[in-house]
Amino acid sequence: MIEMMAVNKWYGKDFQVLKDCSLKVAKGEVIVVCGPSGSGKSTLIKTVNGLEPINSGDIVVDGVSITAKSTNLDKMRSRIGMVFQNFELFPHMNVTDNIEIGQIKVLGRSDEEASEKAAALLKRVDLSEHALKFPSQLSGGQQQRVAIARGLAMEPMAMLFDEPTSALDPEMINEVLDVMVSLAGEGMTMMVVTHEMGFARKVADRVVFMDYGEIVEDAKSDDFFGSPRSARAQDFLSKILNH
Amino acid sequence: MNYNWDWGILFRDPYAGWILEGLWWTIVISLLAWVIAFTLGSILGVFRTTSSPILRAIGTCYVELFRNIPILVQLFLWYFVFPEILPDDWGRWVKRDMPAPAMTTAIVALGLYTASRVCEQVRSGIEAVGVGQRQAGRAIGMTEPQVYRHILLPNAYRIIIPPLTSEFLTIFKQSSLALTIGVVELTAMTRQIEEYTFQGFEAFTAATIVYSLVTFTVMFLMRFVDKRTALPGTFASGGA
Repeated sequence: MIEMMAVNKWYGKDFQVLKDCSLKVAKGEVIVVCGPSGSGKSTLIKTVNGLEPINSGDIVVDGVSITAKSTNLDKMRSRIGMVFQNFELFPHMNVTDNIEIGQIKVLGRSDEEASEKAAALLKRVDLSEHALKFPSQLSGGQQQRVAIARGLAMEPMAMLFDEPTSALDPEMINEVLDVMVSLAGEGMTMMVVTHEMGFARKVADRVVFMDYGEIVEDAKSDDFFGSPRSARAQDFLSKILNH
Repeated sequence: MNYNWDWGILFRDPYAGWILEGLWWTIVISLLAWVIAFTLGSILGVFRTTSSPILRAIGTCYVELFRNIPILVQLFLWYFVFPEILPDDWGRWVKRDMPAPAMTTAIVALGLYTASRVCEQVRSGIEAVGVGQRQAGRAIGMTEPQVYRHILLPNAYRIIIPPLTSEFLTIFKQSSLALTIGVVELTAMTRQIEEYTFQGFEAFTAATIVYSLVTFTVMFLMRFVDKRTALPGTFASGGA
């Protein structure tokens, strides 16, 4: 479904943020990407839908190369959902409009169709009673669930999550993770950058560990947590798990 | 000081009429110049923030050119120099045959100058909305124009209502410079009253009050607009 081949990316001339990253995500797979801060996780996930351009290598999503000149990146992005660390709901639209705008402006759905879909998704993320509120009137956890609904409204073939719980208060993390767990259970293809190792253990098929822009380890999640091969992954795990 | 006060002059024919007529032209110049400044400034502000290097360069060149030449010099350049560098027929048209040459020149000059300032306000507003919002729009498949139309601009304009109000008030006051090329707006009318009656104190007091009344009214209206368009807890959420 998603294949990254020897992806390289530089910021400026000197700083290489992604080094020869190769990765395959099969349909229905859930991949967790973890690693220390500044290791390139967020950049990696943003290259998948072309939000971050790459300097060399290629990324193929559902048979379409994002570097090919003939590729319509806007169209491709509409088929890949993305959830951001800071939610990034549109502040001037209420919750329902946030979920409808992409359907109407990008997919060309009718207002009725879009609002039906929005209502169903809000029910699904358990926010029906907040349909007409503005993002700033919701808690972080609620906002992030709306953001997930906004992504799902496009009926994406895959979902990308960029640290979806990092900006949340601890008591709100689970309400967001629950939605993600249920999505994974339905067979959604997911790439998730997160430090929630409990989630990774429970849901992820594979864990990708990054450090200094490299994919250091790409292992089944049981193997990764049971016996990480690289010293750097061992070090990372001991730091985040032992307390 | 030996001065014969005569406040009644302000209400006497024809001087009261002059003040009102001057005010009318001041408002006409300001509003039309503002239409140019707002429209062009918004387009250039968008240019300066797009992904296209060419559009960004156009925006930057415009701003640096128009912002860095004093408005009075620009006014003289447009009025005295510009027609001379045109082909003869066009130059004659600009100097003489187009409707109200001095007034039109003043409007265009003020508008083009202020566009460079509006551009910078719009740019800073768009930047304040943030990269995250831009990415969120692109991530659901919106094109760059759609992101501007539906996400960046509606939020950017809300943010920059106060500085845009200042820009309008500045244009309103700078419209008085038009008198230097012979446009008889409020300040020119005031001077004319002084020359006819030698009641300069009264005339300029009247002008001061009239200018202030208009600016206070605009400020009051815009404060209302700012409140009405404010979002509940704007941008307080999620550090966006």
